[in-house]
Amino acid sequence: MSRTGGDEGHGRQQTALFVERKTYRHRRLMDIARLLPLLGALLFLVPLMWPNPDPYPAPDTSGGMPMSEAITYIFLVWTLLILASVAFGFAVGRWAEKWTEGNSEPSEEGSQWPR
Amino acid sequence: MASLNALVLVCLAYVALLFLVAFVADRKASQGHRAKWLRSPLIYTLSLSIYCTAWTFYGAVGYAARSGLEFITIYLGPTLVMIGWWWGLRKLVRIGRSQRVTSIADLISARYGKSNTLAICVTVLAVIGITPYIALQLQSITLSFSTFAEADPARHLNETTTVFWVAAGLAVFAILFGTRNLNANERHHGVVTAVALEAVVKLLALLAVGIFVVWGLSDGVRDTMARIDASQIGQWQMRGDRWATITFLAAAAFVCLPRMFQVMVVENEDERHLRTAAWAFPLYLLLMSLFVVPIAAIGLELLPQGSNPDLFVLTLPLSQGRDGLAMLAFLGGFSSATSMVIVAAMALSTMVSNHIVMPIWLRSQGEGASVSGDVRNVVLLSRRVSIAAIMALGYFYYRYSGQGAALAAIGLISFAGIAQILPALVGGLFWRGATRSGALTGLTIGFVLWLYTMLLPALGGGLLPDSVLSNGLFGLSWLRPQALFGIEGLDPTVHAVMWSMVLNTAAFCIVSLVTFPSPMERLQGAQFVNVFEHSHGPRGWTGQVAQSEDLMVMSQRILGAGEAQEFFQGEASRQGSPGDLPEPTPAFLERLERELSGSVGAAASHAMVGQIAGGSSVSVEDLLAVADETAQMLEYSNQLELQSAELARTARKLRETNEKLTQISRQKDDFLSQVSHELRTPMTSIRAFSEILRDVEGRSEDENKRYASIIHDEALRLTRLLNDLLDLSVLESGKVSLNMTAGNLAEVLDHAVSTALAGSENPLLVHRQSLSETVRISSDLDRLAQVFINVIANAQKYCDAKEPEINIVVTKARGRLRIDFIDNGSGISVASQQMIFEKFSRVSPEKAGGAGLGLAICREIMQRLGGDVRYLTGHPGGAFRVSLPMNTDLAA
Repeated sequence: MSRTGGDEGHGRQQTALFVERKTYRHRRLMDIARLLPLLGALLFLVPLMWPNPDPYPAPDTSGGMPMSEAITYIFLVWTLLILASVAFGFAVGRWAEKWTEGNSEPSEEGSQWPR
Repeated sequence: MASLNALVLVCLAYVALLFLVAFVADRKASQGHRAKWLRSPLIYTLSLSIYCTAWTFYGAVGYAARSGLEFITIYLGPTLVMIGWWWGLRKLVRIGRSQRVTSIADLISARYGKSNTLAICVTVLAVIGITPYIALQLQSITLSFSTFAEADPARHLNETTTVFWVAAGLAVFAILFGTRNLNANERHHGVVTAVALEAVVKLLALLAVGIFVVWGLSDGVRDTMARIDASQIGQWQMRGDRWATITFLAAAAFVCLPRMFQVMVVENEDERHLRTAAWAFPLYLLLMSLFVVPIAAIGLELLPQGSNPDLFVLTLPLSQGRDGLAMLAFLGGFSSATSMVIVAAMALSTMVSNHIVMPIWLRSQGEGASVSGDVRNVVLLSRRVSIAAIMALGYFYYRYSGQGAALAAIGLISFAGIAQILPALVGGLFWRGATRSGALTGLTIGFVLWLYTMLLPALGGGLLPDSVLSNGLFGLSWLRPQALFGIEGLDPTVHAVMWSMVLNTAAFCIVSLVTFPSPMERLQGAQFVNVFEHSHGPRGWTGQVAQSEDLMVMSQRILGAGEAQEFFQGEASRQGSPGDLPEPTPAFLERLERELSGSVGAAASHAMVGQIAGGSSVSVEDLLAVADETAQMLEYSNQLELQSAELARTARKLRETNEKLTQISRQKDDFLSQVSHELRTPMTSIRAFSEILRDVEGRSEDENKRYASIIHDEALRLTRLLNDLLDLSVLESGKVSLNMTAGNLAEVLDHAVSTALAGSENPLLVHRQSLSETVRISSDLDRLAQVFINVIANAQKYCDAKEPEINIVVTKARGRLRIDFIDNGSGISVASQQMIFEKFSRVSPEKAGGAGLGLAICREIMQRLGGDVRYLTGHPGGAFRVSLPMNTDLAA
C-alpha cells in the first residue's frame, strides 16, 4: 500500500528516504488541511479576549467592542476558512484524478499518511 | 393582510410540491436512471442543511436579540467539523459505507462487537433527546400559523388541531418516502431530494428577509451596521465559557445527531461528495447566519416592545405590509421544521425498529422467523409504526409540556444529550482499546448526569422536586443538580455539559483500559480504526458492468469457464438484457452466491460476492464464518492425515510381522529338517550295527563289544540331542522355571571347569583370578554352570593351539558382572561369528560332538537370567563374554 514518490525501478519493499518534490508538497498541503480546524478554532476563540463593556462607562469612552466590528471579524475568519477549504478540496480532487489514471485505487492517498 | 386561507393554500401547495419531488426522485432512482443531479455533491450538501431547523431559522434571530452573537456558535461548531473533514468525517463516512451502517446506534453497536445493549442505550438516549426537539418544531409551525391568524381577525385558529394535522401530515410523508423499501444501502432519494429543495427554500427565505431588512428598511450595509451598534445588542458581550462550550456542543451534536448521521453517512452516495460539502456546507451556514443580527437589531428597533423576537423573521415583513415576503419566510420556517422532523423521525424509527422492535419480535417468533421471507414486511411495518409513535410522542410532548418558554431551551439540552454519544463514537473510530463495557459505562454515566443536571431541571413541572434542586438529592448539598460537588456560579449549560462530558469520557477511558474486549469487539475495532487499509476507495456506483465482469472472472475461477458463462448468459436472458453480462441486481447476486456456495461454502461465497458487488468490506461475521469453516476443514483434513499416518504405520507393522512370520516359518522348516537329519545319523548307525549283530555270523567277542558300544554311544548321542531339544523348547517357550539361589561365582566356575574337563585326554590349561572371582551372585546357579560348562567345553573342543589355554577374567562394569572366556586358539572367523548362536550351527562339522545346540541354549539361558552371552571380538583367540546383572545387595 505504500506509494512513495519515486518507486519506479526500486523494489516494492524499498521505501525511499525522500519523496519526490511534488509528493512532498502534497503532504505539506495535507498538513495545512489538518491544521485548518485548529486554526479556525483558535481564531474563533480570539473574540473571548475582547473586553466586555464596562457596566458603568465613563462618559467619553465607547466601552467594549462594537458589534459591527465583531460581526466583521467573525465573518471574515469564516470566509477565509471556507476559501482554504475550497482550495484544499480541489487540490485533493486533482490528485485523486491523477492517481486514478495511473492506479486503480484512487483514494489510497489516505492510507499512506499517518492519521 | 394575508388571509389565513391563502396561507393554508400556499402551504398545501408547497407540501404537494414536496410530495411530487420526492415521488419523482424515488421513481427515477428505482428505475435505475442515475440522474446526475440526484447524486450530485450539491444535493448532498443541501441535505446536510437539516441541521438548520426552525430553532435556527426563527430562533437564531430571537437568540441574537437576547444574547448578541452567541447564536453563531451553533454554526461555528459544525463549520469546524466540516473543515476538518479529512480528520474525522471522512473516516466516519467510509466506515458507514463499508459496514453498511443504518444509524448511529447501529454504528456504535457494530463497533463494540455488535452489542445490541449498546444500540438500545443509544436509541433510548436519542429518543429522549430528540422527542422534545420534534415538539419544538411542531411548536414553531403552530406559532407561525398563529402569527398569521392574529393578523387575520376573520379566522380563529385552533392550535391543538393545527399541531395534530401538521404532525399527522409529517408522519405520512416520512412513512411514504422514508420506508419505501429496505434498500440494502438504506438510501432514500425521495426524502433527500425533498429535503434539498426545502434547504434552498429556507436559505432563499432568510436571505430575502435579510436583504429586505438591509436594503429595504435601512440604507445599505453601512447604515445597518450603525443601527446595529446603536441597538441593545450593539456591544460585544460574551461569556467565554458559554461561547466555547456551545461551539463544542454544536460540533459534537452535528456528528452525533441521528438525523445528521442519517443524511451525512447513511444517505451518502459517494465519499467524494464530502470534499465539496467541506466548503459548501460552511458557506451555507454562513449565508444562513449572515442577516441574523441585522434582522434582530432592526426588529428590536422597529417592532413594539414585548413582541416575540423569535418571530421577527415573520413579523418584520408583516409589519411593513410585505405579505409575499412574509409568506416566503413562513415557507422557510415551515421547510426547516418539516425537513428536520421527517428525517429525525425516519432516523429514529430505523433505530427503534432495528434495535428494539425487531429483536423482540424475532424472539417472540422463535427460531423459524429469521429464516422465512416475511421479515422484510415486518421490518417495514415496524418502521412505519415507529415513525407514527415518535410523531405521536412529539405531539403529546408538545401538548402536555409547558408550551412556550420551556421548549425554547430544549435545543441546547437536546444537543447536550446527544453529545453523550461522542466519546464512544470518537473512541471507537480512533482507539482500538475502546471496549463495549467502557462505552456502556460512559454512555450511562453521561446520560444520567445529563438527565439530572440538565433535562429534569429544565423541564420543571414537578419532575424534579424543588427541594432537590435547591438542597440536592437526599439533602446532600454537593448533589445539587446545578452545582455538583459544590461548584457554584457556573452557567447551568456549561455546568451540565462539563460534568457530563468529563465524567462520561473519564468512565469510558478507565473502564476501557480495565476491561478486556471480546474477539468480535477486537476484530470490529481493528476494522473501524484501520478502515482505510481495509476498504476500497470511493469508487461511487458507476462501474456496474465492471462489477459484473469482476463477478464473471471470479465465478469462472470457481465454477469453471463453461459453467460460469452458461450461468451468466442464463441470468442475462432472464433479465432480458441483450449482452452476455447481467446487471448485478440483488436477485442475480443472491443466485450467484448460492451457486458459488455449492463450491466454496456459504460464508466464503457471501464474502466474495459482497466484496465485488457490495462495495462493502467483508463483515466480521463473514470473516469469522469463513475462519470457522476453514478451521473445520483444517481439522477434518488433519484428522484424515492422522488416520492415514496411522494406517501407514499399521501397514508397516503388518508387513514387518508378516516378514517375521515367514522367517520364523522358514526357520521352523529348517529346524525340522535339521532335527530329522540329526536324528537320522545316529539312528542309521544304530540300525546298521544292530543288523550286523543280528545277521552276521562268526564275530569275535571284541567285535560284539565294539558294535554294542557304538550302538550305546549313538543312543547316548540321541538322548543328549533329545534332551537338548527339549531344553531349548522349554527355554524358548518361556516355560522354564528358574531356581534362583545365592552363591559364590568362584564355586560355580570351579564346578564348571572340573565338569567340562573331566575325562579329557588333553585338558585345557585354565588361568583364573581367584580374587576377582570372589563375588556373590544371585542367579539360577545350575543353569549358569551349564552355560560355563558349554563355553569351556567348546574351547576344549575347538581350541587348536598346541598347548591350549583358557583365561577366565571376571570384571565389573556399569552394574554388570562380566565373565570373559578367552582361549589361545585361532578364534572364530568373522562370518561364523554371526551364526554360532544359531541352532545346529557348527563351526567345523568334523569335530562335531554335539548337535550344535549348545550356544543357542546358552544364549536362551542367559537371556532368561537377565544377562547375555556374546562373542568378543578383538582377541586373537576365541573369546566369549558372559554378562550378568550384578545384584549390589549381594556383592561380597
